[in-house]
Amino acid sequence: MSATLAAPAAVGFSRIFGPRKSVNKPPEETDAKRVQFNSRLLPYLFLAPQMAIIFVFFYWPSVQAIHSSFYLEDPFGFGSTFVGLANYTDVLKSGEYLGIARFTAVFTALVTFFSLAIGLLLAVKADGVIRGNATYKTLLIWVYAIAPPVAGLMGMMMFDQHIGPLVRFAAFFGWDLKVGLDYTDTAFAMIVVSVWKQIPYNFIFFLSGLQGIPVSVREAALMDCRSGFRRFWTVILPLLAPTAFFLLIINTTYALFDTFGVIDVMVKDKAANNPITLVYKVYMDGFRGNDLGGSSAQSVILMIIVFVLTIFQFRFIERRVHYN
Amino acid sequence: MHRTKLFDHVILMMGVFFMVGPLLVALMTSSHEAADIHRNGLQILPGGHFIDTYTTVLTKQGGFTGKITGLRMMMNSLILGIGFAAGKIILSMLAAYALVYFRFRFATITFWMIFTTLLLPLEVRILPSYEVMNTLKLTNTYTGLIVPLLASATGTFYFRQFFKSIPDELLEAARIDGAGPFKFFIDVIVPLSKTMIAAIFIIMFVYGWNQYLWPTLMTTDESFFTLVRGIKQILLVWVGSNIPDYNEAFALAILAMVPPVMIVMIFQRWFIKGLTESDK
Repeated sequence: MSATLAAPAAVGFSRIFGPRKSVNKPPEETDAKRVQFNSRLLPYLFLAPQMAIIFVFFYWPSVQAIHSSFYLEDPFGFGSTFVGLANYTDVLKSGEYLGIARFTAVFTALVTFFSLAIGLLLAVKADGVIRGNATYKTLLIWVYAIAPPVAGLMGMMMFDQHIGPLVRFAAFFGWDLKVGLDYTDTAFAMIVVSVWKQIPYNFIFFLSGLQGIPVSVREAALMDCRSGFRRFWTVILPLLAPTAFFLLIINTTYALFDTFGVIDVMVKDKAANNPITLVYKVYMDGFRGNDLGGSSAQSVILMIIVFVLTIFQFRFIERRVHYN
Repeated sequence: MHRTKLFDHVILMMGVFFMVGPLLVALMTSSHEAADIHRNGLQILPGGHFIDTYTTVLTKQGGFTGKITGLRMMMNSLILGIGFAAGKIILSMLAAYALVYFRFRFATITFWMIFTTLLLPLEVRILPSYEVMNTLKLTNTYTGLIVPLLASATGTFYFRQFFKSIPDELLEAARIDGAGPFKFFIDVIVPLSKTMIAAIFIIMFVYGWNQYLWPTLMTTDESFFTLVRGIKQILLVWVGSNIPDYNEAFALAILAMVPPVMIVMIFQRWFIKGLTESDK
């Protein structure tokens, strides 16, 4: 979700669990201040609003999703029948679904790779120059604040058949770019727009990671090694690894979920011969196709994917805390 | 040495061109007439119709029902952005305060229940969430637009972490002075958290303003449309007509991006601090 920030995985392991040594203790001990208030009622009163919202808008729908994934809903709304795992097997056997899953995987990999690579390149260069440093920084983070569907709209404009400069540019190389009509071309445009939207986020994190590297380390590296590229490869990059892995997870979540707006605007309801991702398929089946059971089964499959990603992230960050 | 620096600047300028170019083109193009754009393509120089276009977009009644104006959508966006950010901060501060400063029986289970919400984004449970809203008759209301988005607990964790870093001595001193939990919260915790609140407000405002999927589901009544929600309608107009209203489409897109971009720019330092320090 989230314009990225509030991505579910955005809160790191150490943040939630405290330092590693105390992981096995119950949270209230790690949380504990030496002195605390004693009140029977007040803590519940303070927690009540948050808990109420979580129950109604998180637990209820989540349980509902799991529940309806085992049922077949009558299209006219006359009750539903228990069908066991049929919804899941239907989904997983469908060639269309598997095709979308494959596209989602490729899309996610490409968006993650390019937005990380370009973000890193720009951060390294912005960290290196002294003159104009602040200006570059300001200009490069603008796009963070733009909503994915607005980014999609900008993309549609750049790739428009009549007025799009990128279409003309491609035609210059003999590439007849037809976004919205040709599967590959649409996929290409979606990837470009999604990368564009995500670069500032990676740039911000890489830059703050770079600026966190102590001057002494840089100076020592400068004395030992004259080649700038080798210095970057052997000293700077390993120090950035924790940031990079954190961003890897965030970017994966972004490509899977937050790109919904980009895709929705760019396929314009004509999903038939256009590439879509798994999240978009959940939406299509649930709201356009009225297939409650199938859509719910897909939701649960996605939940499992996110769950695995999050656990993976926590395990990784646990290791990182250990390094420090 | 000098040559490498020059090369660095070239790369950065290409980056800036790639990132900011489309925005500039959209802004410039929105100040031309539709027919002009249709004939000559996108524009990189300002045209003479800036004020006309934006006045039209802000005040012309459009949409299917002919009731909604750009101004109304902008107000809805503001309500969503501010309501979401304020709600998030209030809920999270209260919950985090209870978790950090009180000893109570169900603390562990409460903590885990809040933590679990971070695992599943709204996107994977859209349909059941929509059904719940239908059951509660909250579709096409501001409550339905804002409150369900508050169900993720990111803010609670940021504040919890921050409260834990506040020295214990403050509470001891406050208690010696006879301050109760309410007084301590208002006179000590809130003032101490000012920077944190500002940073989270900026991030959450941008997040709320930019919401798309949820408003798309929740609002079918056009008088509740936000600017970002209205994007799809912009495109339908664009695709449907003979000479598409490119200028108005761009003007609406610009309106949808100006407030969050301005906020990020003006409060850049807080924004970056909040983002990088609370996320890692």
